[in-house]
Amino acid sequence: MKSKKPGYDRYAKYGYIFSIPFVIAFLLFSLYPTVYTAVIGFTDLKGLGKTDIHFLTDDLFRNFKTVLSSPSFQLAFRNTVVIWLANFIPQMLLALLLAAWFTDKRSKVKGQGAFKVLLYMPNIITAATIAILFSGFFGYPMGPINDLLVRFGFIDAPIELLRSKTVARGVVIFIQTWMWYGSTMITLISGILGISPEIFESAEVDGANRVQTFFYITMPNIKTILLFTLVTSLIGGLNMFDIPRLFQDGKPDDATLTTSLFIYKQAFSGSYMYNRAAAASMVMFLIIAVLAAMMFFVMRDKDEAQLNKQIRQQQKAYAKKMKAGKENASC
Amino acid sequence: MLKNKENRVMKIVIYVVCIFLAVLSVLPFWIMIVNATRSTTEIQQHAISLIPSSYMMNNIKILLGKSFNPAVGFANSLIISIGATALAIYFSSLTAYAQVAYNWKLRNVFFSFIMVVMMIPAQVTMIGFYQMVYKIHMTNRLSMLILPAIASPTMVFFMRQYLQPTLSMEIVQSARIDGAKEFMIFNRIVLPIMKPAIATQAIFSFVASWNNLFTPLVLLTDQKKYTMPIMVSLLKGDIYKTEYGSVYMGLTLTVLPLIVVYLLLSKYIIAGVALGGVKG
Repeated sequence: MKSKKPGYDRYAKYGYIFSIPFVIAFLLFSLYPTVYTAVIGFTDLKGLGKTDIHFLTDDLFRNFKTVLSSPSFQLAFRNTVVIWLANFIPQMLLALLLAAWFTDKRSKVKGQGAFKVLLYMPNIITAATIAILFSGFFGYPMGPINDLLVRFGFIDAPIELLRSKTVARGVVIFIQTWMWYGSTMITLISGILGISPEIFESAEVDGANRVQTFFYITMPNIKTILLFTLVTSLIGGLNMFDIPRLFQDGKPDDATLTTSLFIYKQAFSGSYMYNRAAAASMVMFLIIAVLAAMMFFVMRDKDEAQLNKQIRQQQKAYAKKMKAGKENASC
Repeated sequence: MLKNKENRVMKIVIYVVCIFLAVLSVLPFWIMIVNATRSTTEIQQHAISLIPSSYMMNNIKILLGKSFNPAVGFANSLIISIGATALAIYFSSLTAYAQVAYNWKLRNVFFSFIMVVMMIPAQVTMIGFYQMVYKIHMTNRLSMLILPAIASPTMVFFMRQYLQPTLSMEIVQSARIDGAKEFMIFNRIVLPIMKPAIATQAIFSFVASWNNLFTPLVLLTDQKKYTMPIMVSLLKGDIYKTEYGSVYMGLTLTVLPLIVVYLLLSKYIIAGVALGGVKG
């Protein structure tokens, strides 16, 4: 609009100048490492302290094939998905329930501020510390959990709880849920508070109860935020490292081995397989990129479908009302 | 009448659940702090207790007598977190200002680009990053953990969202008429305007940097350069295997500063988390 004015473009160059530091740092510390990781995936780079790269001559995609067909990577990928799903679903349900309670005008929960501060607290504590703390809690023979179980008579003598795959995986899932539901809850609350109060008022006037209000008013209105939470949680979940690494380092029997831990172990222990780790990284990179893009499109299409459905429902409801009105009038 | 009763039952359920969850948030840390004051023998007899004992100093002595050095970890983490946060704040604000204040050809392309790369976690490109840093002999340099913060796409995004409705171009124009240079305007006028956003973003950037385990674990091999999360991971090693009391003490030393700072800043932190949702 103003661009026609003479002298306006005098300042345009500062747009470029002020973006230079970001661009340089991005090229150096993000783009170059990304491309370099991709390149290493096609080479024979392995061994501690090695940096010289030679492209594979027999089969350029050998590292990718090895990684994708490796039972260890497949297991790590399955674990990552299972652990993410098993923590995301309860985390979301709990966060939704709490958010609905905290924003409900009829309940007027007191002390909300204090509850929010306490429920969010685990999120701010170093994950490394939490992982070691919980690994201590489940210690054998005398960890707090064993102590409790013996004291209350559930078991006669302490047992080595973390030798069970289910328990180890369950604890990782619990820690993840426990650390993140508070954050999700606060995000959802702010989303619900952003909905125009008039919608809620008119729902109340129409006699909608709590459950109806939640499913027909609240949920459709926070869809974008739900998507945001889903995407960020999924990307975080696919990169899960700190907790599995310091809780049991993938043990027992690789039950808590995640893809990030797999990549780390390939590259920085054993025979230092940088090439395979890079190939695995690129697989994860592609999955993350595709998933994020896909979810945005799915939600966008759903948005439209939902809108059409809503319009139809409203028309139906209106027709019903008119009919009922006529019947009432004729009585 | 019926509705009132129903309401009361509902309220009781809500409070019971909330109090249970609040206890669940605090209890692990409480057990940790209490065990930090108990002797290893006491912990071996009963690993759970809510009442502190008197072996705190003894535990600290055993803890510090071995490889765990919280002062070094604390100092390194502080240097990295402050450095990274300062750079991220300043250059993200500058990049966001370039987005909002100037009308340049590649502006929208650049912003779309930022939105795309925002999603990509640094972890999946770590192999290339490590190789690059190793090649130029910069492993064990804290600067390699600080400088990348200059390009923080997520923070640029939030800063832009904040600046867009807040910045009035009239102020910028009148400063120009007064003869101020563009760079000066950013430093003297725009940065102060952005204070609320800077405060929120600074807290989250600092915490993320402080808690980061993956990058330091890959880059730092020298014990003198260890950050707090790596220091903590030493507590899992064999040398502390039987020293339960001092392990809990070590964990406590790393958690307490965080809890104190969190309780002091909780108002801003909670508000910041909420903002992230709406703006994202």
